[in-house]
Parts: sequence; C-alpha cells; structure tokens
Amino acid sequence: MTLLDVDALTIHYSTQRGPVRAAENVSFKLEKGEALGLAGESGCGKTTVALSLLRILPFNGKILGGKIIFKGRDIVKLSEDELRNQIRWKGISLIFQGAMNALNPVYRIEDQIVEAIKTHEPNTAKKEAKERVAKLFELVGLDPSRTRNYPHEFSGGMKQRAMIAMALACNPEILIADEPGTALDVIVQAQVLKLMSELRKKLNLAIIMISHDLSIISETCDNLAIMYAGKLVELGDIFSMFKKPLHPYTQGLIQAFPNIKEERRKMYSIPGSPPNLLKPPSGCRFHPRCSYAMEICREKEPIPLKIDENHLVACHLYQ
Amino acid sequence: MSEAVIKVENLKKWFPVRMGFFTSLAARKELYVKAVDGVSFEIRKGEIFGLAGESGSGKTTTSRLILRLIEPTAGRIFFKGKDITHLDENQMKLLRRKMQIVFQDPYESLNPRMTVGDIIAEPLRILHATNSEKELEERVRQVLEDAELSPPEEFIFRYPHELSGGQRQRVATARAFVLNPEFVAADEPVSMLDVSTRAEILKLMGSFVEKYGTSFLYITHDLALSRHMCDRIAVMYLGKIVELGTTDQVIYETFHPYTKALISAVPVPDPSSKRIEVVIKGEIPSPINPPPGCRFHTRCPSYMGDVCRQKEPPLIDLGNGHLVACHLYGSK
Repeated sequence: MTLLDVDALTIHYSTQRGPVRAAENVSFKLEKGEALGLAGESGCGKTTVALSLLRILPFNGKILGGKIIFKGRDIVKLSEDELRNQIRWKGISLIFQGAMNALNPVYRIEDQIVEAIKTHEPNTAKKEAKERVAKLFELVGLDPSRTRNYPHEFSGGMKQRAMIAMALACNPEILIADEPGTALDVIVQAQVLKLMSELRKKLNLAIIMISHDLSIISETCDNLAIMYAGKLVELGDIFSMFKKPLHPYTQGLIQAFPNIKEERRKMYSIPGSPPNLLKPPSGCRFHPRCSYAMEICREKEPIPLKIDENHLVACHLYQ
Repeated sequence: MSEAVIKVENLKKWFPVRMGFFTSLAARKELYVKAVDGVSFEIRKGEIFGLAGESGSGKTTTSRLILRLIEPTAGRIFFKGKDITHLDENQMKLLRRKMQIVFQDPYESLNPRMTVGDIIAEPLRILHATNSEKELEERVRQVLEDAELSPPEEFIFRYPHELSGGQRQRVATARAFVLNPEFVAADEPVSMLDVSTRAEILKLMGSFVEKYGTSFLYITHDLALSRHMCDRIAVMYLGKIVELGTTDQVIYETFHPYTKALISAVPVPDPSSKRIEVVIKGEIPSPINPPPGCRFHTRCPSYMGDVCRQKEPPLIDLGNGHLVACHLYGSK
C-alpha cells in the first residue's frame, strides 16, 4: 500500500485582495522509505503543501479540495484530536525552516523535546521521555550529556541536529524537511544531509525534502517534483529528471544551477519572475516566461501526462 | 600582468571583546576577536576576485577594511599604488567615488522612502559628480538601461517595495556602478535571492565589470557560483588566507586540505555523482582563541602532529601564482 497519496490537493489563502491560489491540483505519491524532493522558486507553494500534510496551515489557508491519504485515512477529514494523537509527530513530522530560530531560547532543549513527546503521547512518563531524549541525541550524533543545555549553547549545526532529534521523537514514518540546508555553512550542511540519509536507511523513513536548491535534492532524493506557481509541473525519478528534463521550466532551473565540477561557462537564468498568485496567468502558468510558448498555452491548461513509467509532465509540448 | 588596483599587506582587524568589570579583572588582559589576522593579496584591473570561506572566516571584515568603512588594527591598504590606510575622511571622500559596494540584502540596503531614481542619483549628488540636473538624469537613465531595468521611465519613479528581490539587487548594482568606479566590492550579493535570479544578477555584474573594466571583489560562501564567476579565488579560514590562485588552480589543483574539504562538501546537481563526502568534522572554532600553529589543525584530515600544532604555516608560492599555507607543502 502506498504510504502517502496526495490527490488533486488545492489550497487557497484568503486575503483582503482575494484568494491567493497557493497550490492547485497537486498530486503525488510517497512509498515507505522513499525520499522525494519538492523544488521550485520561493512562492511556488512548496511549503504550503508541506504544512497541509500536517494540517498546520496559517489561519487563512484553506484546503478547498483533494485528498491526503496517509495509510488509508484521509488527513483532510480528520478532527483536531485525531490529528494530534495519531498523525502529527507519530505519523508525519516536520523539521521547520530556519532551525536556528525554531527552538525556544528560554527552555532547555531536553524540555522542548519532552514537551513534543508528551503532547503527542500523553501517557508517557516524564522519566521515560527524558531517557528517550538522550537516545535521540545519540541517534543524531549529539553528546547525550548535553540534553540539559539551552539552544544558545549549541552551534548552528548542533541546533539543526536537535531539531532532527525532535522531529524523530515519536518514531514518525514520514519526515518532512523544509529547507534543511539553508542558513548553514557548506560543510555543516553536508554533515546534516549525510545524517539525514543515514537515518533514512536506519529507520526506513520516508523523507520529503523541500528545497529551492536542486543540488541538495540530487544528492539525497530518489524522486523529484517541480512546482511552479502553485502547480506541479513535472515529477519523475531523479535520474530521468536531471538527464532528460521535459518541462521548459525544469530545464531552465537545472541549467541555472552551477556545477562546481564543470568547465567555466556563461551563467544561465530563466527570464522574468514568478507570477502573482492572486491573478495567475491563464492556461499554462509558465507561458509568459516560456520560450516555447504556443497559442494553446495561453488558452488551455495542460494536464499532467505520463511520459513513461516514472515520469509525469504537464506541458502542451508533449500532449 | 596588469596593474594592481587594490593591494592589501598584512591586514589585521582585531575587535576587542567587551567584558564586564569583574570578568576583565579575572581575565587580566584584553581579549580580541581576530576577525582578520594578517591577510595580503591584490586585485588587478578588470579582474573578478573571489573571497570564499565559511561564515566567521573574516570575508566581510576584509571587504569593509578595504573600503575603509572600518579602521584596520594593522597592515596597509593601497589603491592604485597609493597608501590609503591613514587618509582622513575628506581625502577618502574623493576616493569613494572610485570605490563602491553592493550589500548582501537588497531588502535592507535600499531606503524604502526613496524612489529608484533618487536612490541611484544619490551618490552623484553627494559627490557633485555631474554638472547639471539634466546630465544627472541622463546618467541615471543610462545606468538603469545597463542594469536591464528598461524602459527607465517605468522604474525611475517606483519605490523599492514595488520591485522584486532581483530587481532590487539590480538597483543596488546600478547605484554602485553609476559613478563609474574602479573598484566594487559585493558582499554575498545573491545569497538572499531565488535560484533562478541568482545567475541573472551575477551575469549583470559580470557585464558591468566587462563594460567599465572595473576590479571586482566577490565575497561568497558558495564555491559553485564563484567557480563560474571569478578569475581568481582566495579561500579564508579564521581570518587567514589558506589558499589563493586562479579559479582553475583552486578548484582542480587544490592543495590545502581545507579547500579540498570545502569543495567536496558542495552538493552537485547531478544524481549520477551521488556522494556526500564529509571529510572534516565539527564547525569553525571561535576566533577569540584561535588554535595555535595552523588554525585548521583541529579539524584537518591530514594533521601531521607537532609541526601543525606549533608552527604557523606561511603562505608560499607553489608555482604560477598558486599560493598555499600548509605544512604539507612546506618542504617543496
């Protein structure tokens, strides 16, 4: 059985100027132990999709349609209590963006992780929870004798590890990491990514890696989904996505990424900037920036089409 | 070899650590953050010089010292052969039109109450660089056009909040180049921008450099970008340069273990070369009490014992201007 099946998910944010169409008709699947990368420019809806999986969208965000089937149950239809006691942290957990600032500076790290455990598993004894924190510290490569430290006593990389420990506190099956590498130095970033890959193998975790950095995803994931202006434009296994990107947007994004191992070359960028999601362009949302744009792209929205076994693309060039 | 526009010799900046009264009594001596501790290099005419390293390695402090935005503790700074280390503010003001800076965050570095036209005209006005208001407007239009913010009429009266991050950084770049400077320092100019716009802004900076023959100091932690941007790269670690050479030398014929580690930690956008190698452990130590000897010895995978711990390796030339500071190459 598929672990997570997101089907035609649509999320709007209501604002005074009208609905912001942050994600529309987003569908993907995640198997046990799989690592999926979700990439795109800022404002493309990647974080919105991630937050909706835990149903922790900001107050003005609404799931208007679609299903999120996690182990046979639709998360969209669950009550707040069911979510807290069965899904959040025990089924799906999240490493928040900007780990530097995600920890509360006035509480000891141990207490913060214990709080997470007690919230989702209220029957755990405090002593047992504390023992679990020490084990988690060991798991993520931190010194278990430092659980009683405050966040300011930790360096950036250590805080990120503590956040990972917190996310793993209730043995989730899916771990969502929102920009796990940003704000860290390259060497520390490499250490954290390596840790996540190791944990994934050890615990058979499924990981959703959200990043604008394609090189991070290429290092760690099996599959890659590209989002543009609230739409999923291409989805496939990492090899075919990088070797044979089909959507013009994916092609541009991959080209825009400098490779340190390549010869020096002129840098490439995608002209223009992402659209305003209050009033997204008609038809294919990428058409104003696309160099292959045809008449039909302005009028009709392309539907995702299966090109081969593991490769989907939503583009009129292939319809 | 063309002339050096900027040259620094043994540049140092030590920031005193502020301590409470009793702590300072207990410590018995002043403590310093040795942000930059003996750095020498030169930037040639029309060259893009990259300064790379982790945060806390002293890259930003170096650029501010060169522009005399902060005062050096020791060392000398030359601009086109002239010693500018001790010039006073009035004399510096004349030089400022030839030395400009682009800041990291375009959301913070543009005054939200000024229009794009005023922002770009401000340096011209302050330094009385134009003879008439008409000439000034002409110059602003031209530089907007060069920054690909066209048509200029559409941008001159806009405010920063009406622009995207990429457009803001174009405005900041235009402001830096409007005086036709001979030297521009850019401190992580694209780290706040989206991936798809990063390349665009760097390309723009590159074209300005080409057009005006400017010497350009590019400060970054991203080696993958500097690989495609820079002519020469210097790698800094805890206030010292550990390796310096042409981009190809530093990337392909890497000598220093730290540079090697840095390069191997850069993620590669190619799934067939899957390998996250983590050669070194831990994080950069505190610059208040940097390790003795070679500062990298605490994390170095090729640590050789006493010599690394006791003696500081000098920066030596291993041929063709490729400099490295490491005891592994000391005997050659």
